[in-house]
Amino acid sequence: MGVVSRLDRRMNEPAWMVVGAVALVASSGVPGLFLDRKSRAGERIAAVVMAAGAVPGVAGASIAAFADPPPAIDLPWPVPGGAFSVAVDAISAFFLAPIFVVGLLGSIYGLEYWAQSTHPENGRKLRLFYGVLVGALALLVIARNTILFLGAWEVMAVAAFFLITTEDEDPNVRETGLLYLVITHVGTLSLFALFALLHGATGGFDFAVAPGAAPSPVVASAIFVLAIAGFGIKAGLMPLHIWLPSAHANAPSHVSALMSGVLIKMGIYGLVRVTSLSPAPPVWWGTTLLVLGGMSGVLGVAYAIGQHDIKRLLAYHSVENIGIIAMGLGLAVIGRSAHRPELVLLGIAGALFHTWNHGLFKALLFLSAGSLIHATGTRTIDRMGGLSRAMPRTALAFLVGAVAICGLPPLNGFVSEYLLYVGFFHTVARSGDNTWLAGAFGAPALALIGALALACFVKVLGAVFLGTPRSPATRGAHESGHLITGSMGALVAACAALGFAPLAFAPLFDRAAAAWAPEVAPHLMPLAAITSLGWIGASGALLVATIVAVAAILRVRVRAAPARMALTWDCGYAAPSARMQYTASSFADTIVAFFGRALRPAWHAPDPHGLFPAASTFESHVDDAVLDRVLLPATRSTARGFGWFRWMDRGNSQLYVVIILVATVATFLATCGAHP
Amino acid sequence: MIPDALQTAVHVALALVMPPLLLGVIAKTKALFAGRVGPPVLQLYYDLAKLARKGSVFSTTTTWVFRAGPVVGLATTLVAMLVVPLGNHGAPIAFTGDLVLFAYLFGLGRFFTVSAALDTGSSFEAMGGAREATFACLAEPALFLGLLVLVRRSASLSLTTMLGPALRSEWAAADASLVLVVVSLVIVLLAENSRIPVDDPNTHLELTMIHEVMVLDHSGPGLGMILYGAALKLFVLGALVVRIALPFTTGNPWGDWGVFAVGMIALAIVVGVVESVMARLRLLQVPSLLVAACILSGFGIVLAR
Repeated sequence: MGVVSRLDRRMNEPAWMVVGAVALVASSGVPGLFLDRKSRAGERIAAVVMAAGAVPGVAGASIAAFADPPPAIDLPWPVPGGAFSVAVDAISAFFLAPIFVVGLLGSIYGLEYWAQSTHPENGRKLRLFYGVLVGALALLVIARNTILFLGAWEVMAVAAFFLITTEDEDPNVRETGLLYLVITHVGTLSLFALFALLHGATGGFDFAVAPGAAPSPVVASAIFVLAIAGFGIKAGLMPLHIWLPSAHANAPSHVSALMSGVLIKMGIYGLVRVTSLSPAPPVWWGTTLLVLGGMSGVLGVAYAIGQHDIKRLLAYHSVENIGIIAMGLGLAVIGRSAHRPELVLLGIAGALFHTWNHGLFKALLFLSAGSLIHATGTRTIDRMGGLSRAMPRTALAFLVGAVAICGLPPLNGFVSEYLLYVGFFHTVARSGDNTWLAGAFGAPALALIGALALACFVKVLGAVFLGTPRSPATRGAHESGHLITGSMGALVAACAALGFAPLAFAPLFDRAAAAWAPEVAPHLMPLAAITSLGWIGASGALLVATIVAVAAILRVRVRAAPARMALTWDCGYAAPSARMQYTASSFADTIVAFFGRALRPAWHAPDPHGLFPAASTFESHVDDAVLDRVLLPATRSTARGFGWFRWMDRGNSQLYVVIILVATVATFLATCGAHP
Repeated sequence: MIPDALQTAVHVALALVMPPLLLGVIAKTKALFAGRVGPPVLQLYYDLAKLARKGSVFSTTTTWVFRAGPVVGLATTLVAMLVVPLGNHGAPIAFTGDLVLFAYLFGLGRFFTVSAALDTGSSFEAMGGAREATFACLAEPALFLGLLVLVRRSASLSLTTMLGPALRSEWAAADASLVLVVVSLVIVLLAENSRIPVDDPNTHLELTMIHEVMVLDHSGPGLGMILYGAALKLFVLGALVVRIALPFTTGNPWGDWGVFAVGMIALAIVVGVVESVMARLRLLQVPSLLVAACILSGFGIVLAR
């Protein structure tokens, strides 16, 4: 008995490491509360405690990913239906890694970006809730009890609210925070319904379905639809993304990086877990995910192209990348319905790998955007320009992030898109069932998304970093310090490592696919056998070698003959000015017009009269059509329709208490007979 | 049979040496149609030799990104050249899903070419870059749809096996999908290589051009790399079309190289004829042409097997 329990304890050590990490990380901002609001000590303690939690957290996760059975901890918890029940399987481990890595790098970046000496009014609040958020995220992906899961979910939602509203003296920020808070709770409401249905079907509060206790098809489909709604809002799938652009734009940049890179992935995590519960999902589940994903991908990037605010633009790219991840998950669900193990593996591997990759390159892009904002004081793309001279390191970091997010070789974004393409090709290559439709839709959609993303990021790169400065603020810009460039450098290295050595991570995907679909596990070929990840890494190295060789040749030839500097050839015009440059808006114009029916771009063009028209201005912007044209009018008319209900709303607290009391008693009476 | 090492050597040598010839053949065909003598067939070789020795002029606005444009553009095309099979001979590098690498390498080249154009700060060059990036949004899906037809027909995921010896018997099955793919890929080829009816490589009006206007500021060896890279891109994409259109095998490996070389020259003549008999489309009509290419390949997928 003693031997067994000791063995048991040793097996579960990785889970204890992760739980310890959660506790450390979540409390990292607390010591600072007892120190002076301008003190540097508080923020340093927070970063050190964050590191002390993140390192063992990642270590525990990587050990747990390959442990059989998954390390787990079960402790009683005096909440009705609740239990402190956590387990770290390959899927949890997969999501834990970016939480700790991006969380730690953001914390280090924040030391310089949001130093308490320059932000005494909200620096301590930011650190406190940053730590709480990272801890809640990590607890969320290991929770196995639905009550614990919902608890962590709510802590995450509220901590994120306080982070978004860091600068709560700005009315825009407050409005954004309110929108976020309302929408996130609509999502939480669907999750309550989801878990209630799950409880009704299985009789327990475990986030799992025991074999043989499968819910009826109708209940299972209801659970799936609620998951799309609840988790889709958090992930930002296309029609549900409304909270995302403004929240990402208004939060401090390292918080945007954490939210875009990691927090919205919790929606993906939830979808992965819920779809994992059904061994034989109906075909329409996978199709729904695939189509929603494709729509999110294309429209997300189309909206991004129309933006003028660099952080809003990056936020819409999150919608795009979540779409790509959902397409991968859809492919895996389709493969499970059609009993095609290779589709399950490629879909899950592509979706999860893209989850990692997006976490890394999007965090990198947000951190570089923050570095830009830090230096220029503006978020408007068309006011920047020529910054690669003043900020060479930020420019390089942004360039690497841009190449990676466009899915171009040799970086990590290419590898995950490669996995998805191979999956789609597999559906097309075999006749006999209708899965080829998935490939015929998915592969061209992915190609379109990739090409649009390229247009968008070339636009940003060119307008921000290349050419000549467009405004005085940009002219005086300077490179950020070592903490900012260092955390960006770490992410650059991570993007490169995943791009050049993807084969090293293949076993992890095999484990994750087996954990996701246990019934398929015996039929799974290793990912390394059905793809050529080794060749992908090698061709990346070959590409870099070729680039270096060609660059060396060019250098030799240029040096061999006299070279001179001159003005840009502007068709003979000898005095080009910065204002004559092509703007980012002009660059994007054709594509925005192409998607005009969906984007509804707004134009405010002057109407000049006479021979000497007065000075005038031109303005164009792409607002969120879902929010402005569907949701807000719908809520307004709903509010009007329920006007008669306002008789209760008299500002009388006693009346409210009475109503709450009556409702509680009624609920109690209605349910007390339900469970003997 | 010839040994693999020799085959790779022939592949690389042919792909490095032949591309400028194709542009010479196109120019000669156009000259014949116009009743002119035209430049010698080897003119581009002379131009490249001259540009390699000439001095450079760099704009004071530009940074290292400007010089990276020609370098990355050429390097990506060189790697793509190693993935594409030439005629009946497989490519030196072939693996599951190599077609994704093939398509995305051109994307990386485009990223840096357009960035180099934006680095000059010139409106004209940025306009060309915007058009290049915009039209690629339709050319990429068209290319992938074409490749999907081939994947579906051959049930293989590598360019070398799906364009392998089995292709000839597939033609014998008298299936329309291959015809549709050839037409669709020719449209993609013309668009990606900035030929008429999408773009006119010989125009000198900056406002109307796509590719040529993007590279206005390059000079000397850098310009030489751009011209050579463009020829190589025509060769690489052309090899795809030629192999599908002419899936003949002679039984003799050297004969197969001959079939391929003749096919490439025939393709150059076809491009020259298209350029001579057609006018360039208005820019706003280009998307319709590319959408047509997508639709053709879409039908191809439905028809295949």
